[in-house]
Amino acid sequence: MITTIPQSTAFRWTYRAYVTLFFIYLALPLVTVCVFAFNDSVFPSLPWDGFTWDWFFGTETPRIGVFHERPILRSIVTSGVVAFWVSGLSVIVGTCNAFLFVRHDFRGKNLLYILMLLPLIIPGIILGISILVFSSSIANTLEEATGLWFDGLRPGLILVVLGQFSFITTFATLVISARLQKFDSSLEEAALNLGASKWGAIRQVTLPFLFPAMLAAAVVAVLMSFENFNTTLMLVGSDAPLTVTMFDRLKLGSTPVLNAVSLLLIVVSAVLGLLSLLLKRED
Amino acid sequence: MRSDTSKLGFILLLAPLLIWLLTLIILPHVGMFIVSLREKVGIREYETGFANYAVFFNEPLYWNTFARTAYMSITATFLTLLIGFPIAYYIAKLTRGRTKTTLFLMCLIPFWVSELVRTFGWMILLRETGVVSSFLQYAGLTSAPIEFLYNDAAIMTGLVYTSMLFMVVPLVTTLDSLDDSLIEAGYDLGGSSLSILREIVIPHAMPGIVSGCIVVFMLSLGNYLTPILLGGKDSLWFTGLIYSQFITRFNWELGSAFGFLLLGLSSLIVFLALKLSGQSLGKTMGR
Repeated sequence: MITTIPQSTAFRWTYRAYVTLFFIYLALPLVTVCVFAFNDSVFPSLPWDGFTWDWFFGTETPRIGVFHERPILRSIVTSGVVAFWVSGLSVIVGTCNAFLFVRHDFRGKNLLYILMLLPLIIPGIILGISILVFSSSIANTLEEATGLWFDGLRPGLILVVLGQFSFITTFATLVISARLQKFDSSLEEAALNLGASKWGAIRQVTLPFLFPAMLAAAVVAVLMSFENFNTTLMLVGSDAPLTVTMFDRLKLGSTPVLNAVSLLLIVVSAVLGLLSLLLKRED
Repeated sequence: MRSDTSKLGFILLLAPLLIWLLTLIILPHVGMFIVSLREKVGIREYETGFANYAVFFNEPLYWNTFARTAYMSITATFLTLLIGFPIAYYIAKLTRGRTKTTLFLMCLIPFWVSELVRTFGWMILLRETGVVSSFLQYAGLTSAPIEFLYNDAAIMTGLVYTSMLFMVVPLVTTLDSLDDSLIEAGYDLGGSSLSILREIVIPHAMPGIVSGCIVVFMLSLGNYLTPILLGGKDSLWFTGLIYSQFITRFNWELGSAFGFLLLGLSSLIVFLALKLSGQSLGKTMGR
């Protein structure tokens, strides 16, 4: 804290009031969403009609709670499956990228590094449509040539996974590279001197060192995959992940069941987010 | 022998990167560009040309929406910087220890929560039967419900909220690395708060400001949820036009042209921002 600097009391209090207001602004929408998950009314709006657990455990229409709402449960499972594949693929490719950019010098490295960063500045919806257009044209060509169907290249879960993977890999690469840069390579050399093979040294020494960052990258990937909307929307087929299902519901008009789902999402994201921070703190 | 295996290792590391970049980033964008140049002249008959781009420039609705999206995104970026900077300065320079960690975490939590949930929260707050309107009636400030949703102010509120954390976090990181004694020295040399802010704090925070602004601008420009949900059906956001060309009208040629224009605009503005501030993409984004 900079204590030596003269500041008038009025200024200090105005500043504090501003910071307080800011945090109220940050918390307000989330708190509201959570509170209305318990409102005993069929609309998520005032007046407050008393407290209820129906939006979680209700079994009768119109008060079917999240835990009995089939379409929502199914979309949560879909999101989970997508997140699993996205996170696995992006951590594997991210780790390879980290080794490549940190350990190797080669011609065109800078160009490739910039290309690797590009997904950060391409709007998600454009990533989505470009992959949609590209995979459809490949599917069309293949189908004309062979007369077979290539459903994997049509909108559906495979494309959703690929679409999310296309930009989440960049984040995984950055997280894992940051940790690999801190690795003391004399440890690996010591292992080599003691007779380890190159791959053995990497597996026994370097990868365990990288593991917290890989896990953190995986957690971040799961979070990003779960909440992604723009890219997913363009590539989604008949099985919609959670955000797309919720969006469709919202357009029709909302019931507090969406608040209940949101509350669960907030809790899970907060836990996963804290977990990723704890993992990164090991650096 | 040894150099052979290391060469093999290098190729094995390079392969995933190249496959990823080629099949999911580069080729799709090239493909999209080619599709955007296709003119439909008959059923399953196409010619190459700029007709789709001509459609864009000849239809005021399209380029008005385009300009509006850009203008609103730039405004949102400025507002986010203006609101976020004092907060980042407070967290980085005026608190320490546990308070600092807590405030920083409080900033991060909304950033982890799905954008859909955040937008949904604002809908509950701002709609006619929503919390703000009811509160104003309860306080006696207004006698009838007020609709706060479905206008530009609502979109702006949502955009600033959604992107705030992407501004605050890089700002906190850069301000943290500014040595306090530099600020103290500034005061010792007789500088005023304003001149110190202008000559010491802001120049030091420039990488954070630039990377924050780029991310916020990109997120606003490419946002779909916030304008559609908070702005209502007539919100006119360019991503909404792209979506309707692709999904509703199935006019992929025009949609691709729109997509390319949006990509061009965003790259141009990011490029200008980097040039004007003397930063590079690798330095600001590859933190």
